[in-house]
Amino acid sequence: MKLRPQRQSSLRMRVTPQRQSWLIALPVILLLLWSVVYPNAAVIAGSFENGLGHWREFAASPSDREALRTSIVISVASVFASLAIGVPLAFLLGRFEFPGRRLLRAVATLPAALPPLVGVIAFLFLYGESGLVTRVVQRILHMEEAPWRLKGVGAIVFVHAYTMYVYVFLFVSAGLERFDATLDEAASGLGASTSQRLRRVTLPLLMPAVAGSALLVFMNALGSFSAPYVFGGGLRVLSTQILASKTNGAMGLAYVETTVLALSAVAGLALFRWLDRKRKYTLASKGGRARRTIRSRRIQLLTTVLSAVVVVALVLPHLMVVLVSFARDGAWTTQVLPPEYTFENYRRLFTESELWRPITNSVSMAIIATAANLVVCFLAAYLIVFRRFKGRGLLELLVALPWAIPATAIALGLAATFNRNDLATARILLVGTFWILPVAYFIRDIPLVASAVESSLRQMDSSLEDAARGLGASWLLTMRRVILPAARPGLVAGGLLAAVTAVGEFVASVVLYTHSNRPISMEILAQLRALAFGTAAAYSVLLIFLVLLMTLAARSFEERLA
Amino acid sequence: MTAAPRARDGAPDSGALSLNGVTRRFGDYTAVDNLSVEVGRGELLAIVGASGSGKTTTLRIAAGYESPDSGTVTLGGADLTRVPPERRGFGMVFQHYALFPHMPVEENVAFGLEARGVGKAERLAKTRAALASVGLEGAGSRAIQSLSGGEQQRVALARALVIEPRALLLDEPLSNLDPTLRQAMRDDLRAMLRRVGVPALFVTHDQEDAFAIADRIALLRKGKLLQCGTPEELYHAPISREVAAFIGRGAIVPAVDRGATAMVTIGSVTRELNVTRPQGAAARFEDAYVVMRPDALRISRESTGSAWRGRVTNRRFAGGVVVYRVRLADDVTVDVESTSGETREDETVAVTPLDGPFPIVPG
Repeated sequence: MKLRPQRQSSLRMRVTPQRQSWLIALPVILLLLWSVVYPNAAVIAGSFENGLGHWREFAASPSDREALRTSIVISVASVFASLAIGVPLAFLLGRFEFPGRRLLRAVATLPAALPPLVGVIAFLFLYGESGLVTRVVQRILHMEEAPWRLKGVGAIVFVHAYTMYVYVFLFVSAGLERFDATLDEAASGLGASTSQRLRRVTLPLLMPAVAGSALLVFMNALGSFSAPYVFGGGLRVLSTQILASKTNGAMGLAYVETTVLALSAVAGLALFRWLDRKRKYTLASKGGRARRTIRSRRIQLLTTVLSAVVVVALVLPHLMVVLVSFARDGAWTTQVLPPEYTFENYRRLFTESELWRPITNSVSMAIIATAANLVVCFLAAYLIVFRRFKGRGLLELLVALPWAIPATAIALGLAATFNRNDLATARILLVGTFWILPVAYFIRDIPLVASAVESSLRQMDSSLEDAARGLGASWLLTMRRVILPAARPGLVAGGLLAAVTAVGEFVASVVLYTHSNRPISMEILAQLRALAFGTAAAYSVLLIFLVLLMTLAARSFEERLA
Repeated sequence: MTAAPRARDGAPDSGALSLNGVTRRFGDYTAVDNLSVEVGRGELLAIVGASGSGKTTTLRIAAGYESPDSGTVTLGGADLTRVPPERRGFGMVFQHYALFPHMPVEENVAFGLEARGVGKAERLAKTRAALASVGLEGAGSRAIQSLSGGEQQRVALARALVIEPRALLLDEPLSNLDPTLRQAMRDDLRAMLRRVGVPALFVTHDQEDAFAIADRIALLRKGKLLQCGTPEELYHAPISREVAAFIGRGAIVPAVDRGATAMVTIGSVTRELNVTRPQGAAARFEDAYVVMRPDALRISRESTGSAWRGRVTNRRFAGGVVVYRVRLADDVTVDVESTSGETREDETVAVTPLDGPFPIVPG
């Protein structure tokens, strides 16, 4: 076989690896600077447009001070509530064997499958003033009024705990699975009792998982919009405050509020980093230990009853949404359960073009955003994992940045920046057009997709790329035959997450949507306001169905390729 | 919660560690099958076997991480079978060391003392002494991740020693070290274990490690004890073909047993060899084999009528000697050591047995 080393080497001479890296990196970095950094910089600049005027206004406003305080209280409370549910559940399912364990494990992550707004309305149907559980309790206790009101901080934290404990549960479960069982054995061999081992070995080693998930809950709760918006009842938090200011045309104040919200998030991030600063180790992934069977009859019974209650609590919101989706709009008033059932809600969704529109909108915008995410994040992850070039640190930062910025802040940045055509300042008119939402979704999902692809690529032996090049493969062939297959699991998983998030997105949408591109989430909210519970629930079921469909599609795609 | 008893409390003379008829099954699979071994005070016993032979399960039963389905574990006659590991007061060194990654060296070593409620000052003094005894003085504040494999191994040893264990258990203590370090650590380890003076049980798949460190070796296969004895006994007087095949290299050739000697026929040449019989073996084996080790044979280029003839298929320089692989008649292949390296591959040579004695085993 005749090789042609001549051409190869001359090509190498012209394009050094460093320069080639920059050729790929430059468009990616510019795109991220333009779409992520620029709008947020514009928001910060906007908050100073009349010197410290807007900031003084913010500081002087009692409602804004209350909003900041409430936002932080809710976030911290959500963290503790999620930990209180997630950590014990992870230990119970990870370390013990008992009747009903498999069922509990199967439904433990169910809340994550509910788009944020859907979880909120499910809770409304269950625990709201006219909700099923509320009415049942009221009947049993023969009370004149509802025994509680689903309003205020407690209600918000309640919903947050339900939807967000899943992060804690998943992180801690993974930590327990990776936990090197011999460490526990070593400790017991050295004479440590069960509680000493838990305190000195197991919990310290699980701290990274606990801290990581706590941070995730904190960021999510801080940026959460749907629960405060629906259950707030006059309660002010920063994210709703921003929308209110924008709606009132007080853009300057909205900029300050957005900056404060983003700063709170960054402060939270920094705090967690600082708490986790001393850690230099990672958990080795050696097999965990076998689950212990609960022997005591009484404890076994208690566990089983308890897990049955948890299973019901976890499944009830889903069931309730499905049930209400068949309820005739307006018929459910004071009864425990909706009195009349019909297929009408679904029929109207599929036949009336005005009602069908949000569905096509959401699906097409999710597809566009996800496609962009896959291309940009693959390139970024490839550069971050395999290339050594100046600017790699900047790229890493840019990719992670949207994660630290609450979605409301991202949305307001877009609203402040892309509201007119002005090529001199690199602005183009997106606000009021179809494209503003896909762009917002794209930005929100950058960290998600990039980190999924990164972790796939990190599992690849970096010498494979060198080996392929050494065998004479061109850069493109190496990409196509070596890098891309290695990145595939991450692309599929990241793409799925991005699509699922985008199709049910609410927080950025509520700031940026117009009537013509309104997504499903906005339509659910509109129907809810019109007290058309059945139609709102039917949309929710459709949304859950879409999420399910995408998950199955991704799984079968992955199975066919693997 | 009751604190774990101080090691050696009430048992200053801890006595021998014994496994008595221990059996452990996992489903249909019998990992350890009616195994009995005893390790005396200050004795080093190596459990040797291929992977899957049940040696690690045996060690875990001794440590208390596994419960035997039947049989007992005793120390100085006291039954420990149902005593959990945290109350046995044994020191264990794990194969991958199992050092706590979130604690610096000192805290790792002091952990067992902390668990026993030892005061801070005493803890520190004992930890320092233990680190010094393994040659790691001054390394106390270092992070586990910054240690080399050999250093980690010594920290693990110090951690096991500082609690003044009543017995020491080591799981493949040398398998994670590179070959050069391994040679050096063998001698260190033997010296350190000797000093402690408690029963020490260690598991290895490497017979050279076992030869270098152990006073006695227990050879395991499929959960059964094949033979237990000094390295010399296992090498020179194996009790079965299986032991002979596992320990040392050597060709196992059928023979006619004559009691003190055996007749070995290869091709058309028959030789009479002096043999050593396994302890307590029958006076004569119906079906017998002799073990011909490389150092018990001689190779020469000139042939005599009474020599076995064959062709050199492989020549390997092994330090001071050259090892030839010679293919004789009847599909018998033997390795022969020679101090002269003149013979080349593919040459025809004569192989003669030295005086022996040669181990003889039943078929």
